Order: sequence, then structure tokens, then C-alpha cells
Amino acid sequence: MAVTESRPRTRREARQKLGAYGRVQQAINELDDRVGIAKGGRALLDKIFPDHWSFMLGEVALYSFVVLVVTGIFLTFYYVPSSTQVVYHGPYKPLDGQRMSEAYYSTINISFSVRAGLLMRQVHHWAADVFVGSIVVHMARIFFTGAFRKPRELNWTIGIVLLILAILNGFIGYSLPDDLISGTGIRIAYSILLSIPFVGSYLAFFLFGGPYPGTAILERFYIVHVLLLPLIIIGLIGAHLGLLVRQKHTQFRGQGRTEHNVVGSPMFPQFAAKTTGFMLMVTGVLGVLGGYAQINPIWQFGPYEPTKISYAVQPDLYMGWLDGALRVMPSWEFTGWGHTIPWEVFLPAVIFPGLIFNVCLAWPMIERRFTKDYALHNLLDRPRDRPKRTAAGAAMIALIFTVFAASSTDVLANYFHLSLNAVLWFFRIAVVVVPIIASVVTWKICVEMQEVPGAVKRKRAMVVSRTAEGEYVAVLAEARPGDEHEELEPEPVPLRIEQPQTVGAGATTATAESGVRRVRR
Amino acid sequence: MSELDEARIPGEVDAARTDNGHGAGTADGHGAGVPLLPAVPADDPHLADAATDPRRVEGIIGLCFLAGIAGVAAFGGAFVEGANTQVLAGTLFGGLFFLGFGLAAWGKYLMPRGPFVEERHPLESSARDRQAMAAAIVERTGIVVKRRKLLGAMLATGLGIFGVVAAFPLLRSLGPKPGSSLFKTNWKKGSLLVDLYGKPVHRTDMQVGGLLTVFPQGKENTLTAQAVDQAVLIRVQSTTLVTMKGRGDWAPDGYVCYSKVCTHLGCPVGLYEQLLELLVCPCHQSMFNVRDGAFPVFGPAPRPLPQLPVYFDSNGFLRAREGFDQPVGPGFWERTTQGNGRASAT
Repeated sequence: MAVTESRPRTRREARQKLGAYGRVQQAINELDDRVGIAKGGRALLDKIFPDHWSFMLGEVALYSFVVLVVTGIFLTFYYVPSSTQVVYHGPYKPLDGQRMSEAYYSTINISFSVRAGLLMRQVHHWAADVFVGSIVVHMARIFFTGAFRKPRELNWTIGIVLLILAILNGFIGYSLPDDLISGTGIRIAYSILLSIPFVGSYLAFFLFGGPYPGTAILERFYIVHVLLLPLIIIGLIGAHLGLLVRQKHTQFRGQGRTEHNVVGSPMFPQFAAKTTGFMLMVTGVLGVLGGYAQINPIWQFGPYEPTKISYAVQPDLYMGWLDGALRVMPSWEFTGWGHTIPWEVFLPAVIFPGLIFNVCLAWPMIERRFTKDYALHNLLDRPRDRPKRTAAGAAMIALIFTVFAASSTDVLANYFHLSLNAVLWFFRIAVVVVPIIASVVTWKICVEMQEVPGAVKRKRAMVVSRTAEGEYVAVLAEARPGDEHEELEPEPVPLRIEQPQTVGAGATTATAESGVRRVRR
Repeated sequence: MSELDEARIPGEVDAARTDNGHGAGTADGHGAGVPLLPAVPADDPHLADAATDPRRVEGIIGLCFLAGIAGVAAFGGAFVEGANTQVLAGTLFGGLFFLGFGLAAWGKYLMPRGPFVEERHPLESSARDRQAMAAAIVERTGIVVKRRKLLGAMLATGLGIFGVVAAFPLLRSLGPKPGSSLFKTNWKKGSLLVDLYGKPVHRTDMQVGGLLTVFPQGKENTLTAQAVDQAVLIRVQSTTLVTMKGRGDWAPDGYVCYSKVCTHLGCPVGLYEQLLELLVCPCHQSMFNVRDGAFPVFGPAPRPLPQLPVYFDSNGFLRAREGFDQPVGPGFWERTTQGNGRASAT
């Protein structure tokens, strides 16, 4: 700004001085003088988000995480990460006089004494389950549409790491209340660490600060749960979204959509309004779940005591597949040469998840090895057009769901009055057979859908009638309601939103392929 | 910067740089200043609302916002009054949901419907730029390494040693070495069997079919001791139960005692199927035959539960003849084959 400039004397003069956009302009000017935000800022406001419902799945995960952070901060004000044993005296009479850790005591207090404490606890727990679940569904969308292909392999990798961290932090989080079920979970985690050949006992002792249960694990889990892992997760989410902005969204094929553009709604105001509204909706749904759908009633389980256990011990949703794997595994322990390798633990609880996550991480490379496709891809595949990939994904999902279901063998056997042995053997066979069936059926469906264009359309009936001469003729029946030639609303040609880059470029607006296209029939 | 200057469109004013800021004022249907969408008439269908009946949508959104306002306002009152969880959840999160629903509907139905398009500018740099970056790294590193090889090696050595000493003692200091602690319990020769409250077990205390969790006297109160020492004492119908060859006097009067820590993952083997005389672990349904040396008859547990030999002292109280003959609980690398299977028990 020029030094000679005089201060405005009247309001009118001040307003004129600010220009057409008033104080907003002034704020932008001040910021732009210092950090240069105007050009990039406008580009960001113009960023196009494709309008497809499946792009919303990642948003569910993101906003669940926001809810997790907010409710988690609330909980840290009241939770005491301590395994010191105390005696309970409080409003919940069934536990009166019982010995428990301070961690359990404070969680009981959050549930019964802190205002809105139970609500926040349950919302936090629900948000954790939805966080992991939505990551998985989001990942499935990315996988089946081929959005992980070049140039987005790195973001795929970040996403898988986020999934692993989400599961890990979920497990650590539900261990913190130190109730009977979660304490048993920690016991199992310790034994899984023990099962690792060569270093297992050292890892377990270093993590627990000595032999199980020790007095360090809750305190360590706490700081990992509220600081270490959330920081890493936040950093990775930042990288995930940063890459998304830099590489721009993928999009499905359609009118005016090419490998070299993005069609949809701009960041501001359409997408901003929709996504902010959606964030509030996700928050609302999680909150209503937390208020009306009881989850993890730790006062019913009781405090953790190493000698006690209850029936139907199942871990949280996202650990169920590992528990199921532990159940279907036969008892194949190796012993020899003075050593023991507990394969019955090491294989299902360490090797199996390691294998699953590594296959996921390596998938872009695996697929490239077969397709030899090194091109950049911004247009998405329809799952049916890539039968082999879709079949592989279906097999993976079938495998995970089968081992997940296997984590309730005892409950199923009890509920359906079946032999536990029969249920167990059913799952041992199903773990192998179901993924194979799923992949073959999926592949077949994909191939058939490719071969029959418009297979989903209703066919008009053929009416076979007999003439007076005894001749049979087939006549196409009259169109039924809904069969008639239907002109859906034509997909409009997208409008260019960027500022034109050359002088007089206004004329180029909206000239990408003119005319409308019949989208169906 | 000259490219950028050329790129300016007619009527655009460099408002951030002009001294007086008066230049912005080319009205072209979008108000003054930089046109948002140049050369698009105001009646372009892309700019129309997405809703066919905007008035009705406005009404619905208005109702949503009203519900949202009522909800969050009611939450304030409910919180002050200390209302129950359901009321708090319904007001706060119901309110937030309706506000969000209204806002999302606003964005979807009452804003320019588009669709809009933006170009995807290629991310890759020119071959020359790529080479320039590689050159900078390779050649400049080359200068450092070639000219000052010794210094570079020393620096690398120092950092490497720092890495090792930082990682190793750090990890090492998190806990003690396992040593022999995984092989030991507090059960010793002559340990008195007591329950959770420190009460010793007399030979007349238990009925046939009864079950009690026992600890060595003096250790029943610490979690760490409980976690490894816990043993399950069962009385079965027998005078002298021989669970396995070589365990002739381990279970007098049908009092048989096994480690309660499952050999699969360390859960307490807390369920007893009395009729079948099976100990069941509820975690992964391993079942151990009490009469047969607690051999696993079902499930993923690989080994029998170690048996504690017990006897009656002169007062008729149960005591341990000696400690467990093998480590209790799940397997680990250092565990020897001792105590595995029937053969070793002979």
C-alpha cells in the first residue's frame, strides 16, 4: 500500500475504498499480502466434487472420526488411566464394595455420575464401530471401481494403513475400561504376542512392563490411544485428503466426462453445504445410536479379575474376524528341539491378518502384473467390466465375513441347538469353500452382465396364439405400464467453472460436446 | 508472472494490487467485480435450482431447521436439568441431524444444479524438470560424498550408532527381560490351597461335582499372582483318581487340581460341565477332560492343563505336593517340550 494514502473520512468513502466485495475483500487482501491465498483459494473453492452417492462413504469415515475426537476429548476429562485397585462406593449399588481398578471405577462414574457421560461414552463406542466399518465399505468402493490404479496407489496405501490403525486404536480403546470382557481381550493380546517365535516373550514383556498383567498396560494403552495413534491418524487423514485435492477426484463415465476433466458440484457453495450438512447428519445418527442403542454396558460385565470370565466372550465388531480365525484353527502346536511354536495362535492371529493386509497393500502391484496397465486412470470401472478383479474382491469379502461369523460358534450352537463340533466343522469348511463359491458366482454374474446389454430391462411378453387354420403365431404383447419408450431426463452438458485461462476465453464456456444424450433407450 | 498477467480476462481487476480499488465494477449479470462464470446468461439451466418446486423444498428445509433449532435449544435445558441419556441424545443429536439434513437439502436442491466441469491439469512435470531435480540430488550428493568421504562416513557412523543406542535401550527399558518368569508360579512344595478370601480347603469342604478356584496361601490377593497361580480344584467321584500314568497319588479322594490358565490364549478355564466332567474355556471353547489329565478333547487348545499334585496335611487341609511340572498357560518360543503329552509324564 502506498504511504501517501489518506485515511477515508466518511463511511461512504471507506466503503468505496474497500471495493465491490467489502470487508471480505479487505480480509483477503490482508491475507494475500502475507501468505498469497487468493489464487489457490479460488481454485479450491472451484474444486469439483463428483455427484455420486458412493463418494460419500469416505465422508462417513471422516465424520465418524471427527465425532470420535470430540467425544474422546470429553471422556479424557473424566477417565483415570490407572490400574490401582480401589473399592467402589457410588450410585450403582450392585457394584458397591467391590474391588476394581481406578480405570473401571472412573468408567462407571462416567456412565452413572457424569452428566451426559454415558451418552458420550456410547457415542464414542458407536463412532469407533462406524469408523472402522465405513473405512471398509469405502475401501470396497475404491477397490471395485478401480480407483486405486495409477496415479492413486499411494492414497490406497495410506487408506489401508488408516484401516489398520483404526482397528488397532479401536482395540486399545475398548480395553481401557478394564472390565471383565476387555480385560480378557488384553489377556488374549498378551498371549498372541507370546506366540511370536524368537521374540514373542520379549515383546510381551516390553509392552506390558513385565509379566501379565503388571501395572503398566492401562497407562500405556491410554497414551497410545489418546495421543500417539490419533496423531498418526490425523496426519494420515491430512495426507489422504491432500492427495485427493492434488490428484482430483475420479469419476464414473458419462456425458462430457473424460480422463482429463472432473464433472460435478463445486466446493463452494454446493459441496460445502452438502458435506457440512452430512457431517451433522452423521453426528446425529451416531448420537441417536449412542443414546438409544446400548453398547458395551461394562457395569453388567463387572471389573476385570484374572480368574473370572463370562459366557459368550466376543470382542468388538472389528476384532471379530481375528477371533473367528482363532476359533477355526486346529490345535497345531509345534514342539521340538527345546522350543515351542504355537501355530494355533501365531498363524490365525499374526500371519493371517498380516497376509490379508499385505495382499490389500500390494493389490495395485498384483493387478498391474497381470494387466500390464501402466496408464494413468481417472475414469472409474464398472465392477462388471472387470470380472476377475470383482471376483477377487468378492472372495476376500466372503472370507472375512465367514471368519467373522465363525467368532460366534458357541452362540450359534447354543441358539440353534446344534452340536458345537458340527458348527465348528461347518466353519472350517466354509472358510475355504465360501470364498471360492463367491468368486466364481461373482465372476459369472459379471461376465453375463457384460454379454447381455440392457439385461436389467424388462422384456415384453410374447403372446402365442393359434389361428383358425391351426397355425401358431407369436406376437409381441402390448406394452405394459412402465414398458413404454421412456425418455429419462437427459444428462446435461457440464458447465465449465474455472476462470478462463486466456484472453476472451469466455466463449469456450459450455462448449464441451453440445447436445444431450439419451441415457437410457 | 507475465503469463499470469496475460491470463486475466476482460473486466477482471487486480483488486488486491490497485491503490484505489475502484476498478471493480463491470456488471455483467453477476454483480460487480470478477465475473463468476463469464459469458453465461443468468437464465442458463445450469444455474437454476436443482429442485423443480423450490418453494416446497424451502418449506421442508425450513421445517427441518425449526426442528433442529428446537432440538439443540431443548438440549440446553435438558442438560441443565440433568435429564436422562435418551432425552439428551434425542434433543442434541436429533437437533443436529435435522440441521444437517436441512443444510444438505439446501445444497442439493436450492443451489445451481450444474453439473460443472473443471479441467484436470496434468500433474507431471516436463522431462527437463524431472532431470533437473534428479541432477540436483545426484550431482550435489556426489560433490559431498566424493570430496569429503571421511567426514561423510563419520557422520553416518555417528547417526547410525545413535539410532542403535536410542532404539535398543529405549525398547529394552520398557520392561524386564522375561528370564525364567514365564516358567514359574508361586506354587511350592507344601503350599496351602486357599480360595479367593484366603480360606484353606478342608477334605470335607467340597461335594462331589464341586469346583473351587484356589491359590497358594498368601498370593490370593495380587492380580499378577492370581493371573498365573490360579488353579481349579474339582472333586470328582473317586477315591484315588489317577489322571495319567505316573500321577498315582496326585488326586486323593477325587480332589483334582489343574492350572486354570487355558493353554490356548490364557483365558481362565471357567466353565465346568459337571456331567461330562469337562472343563470348558469360554473364549474359544477348548474342552479339557478332567479325568484324563485335562487333555483337550475339543477346540484349539494344544496341550493339557498342567496338573497340581495335592495331598492332605495332618489337619486334613489340602496342600500342594510340589509346584507345576511345566509352565502354565499359552505356548511361547522358549517353552521346552517338558510336560507335553502323555509320554513325558511317565
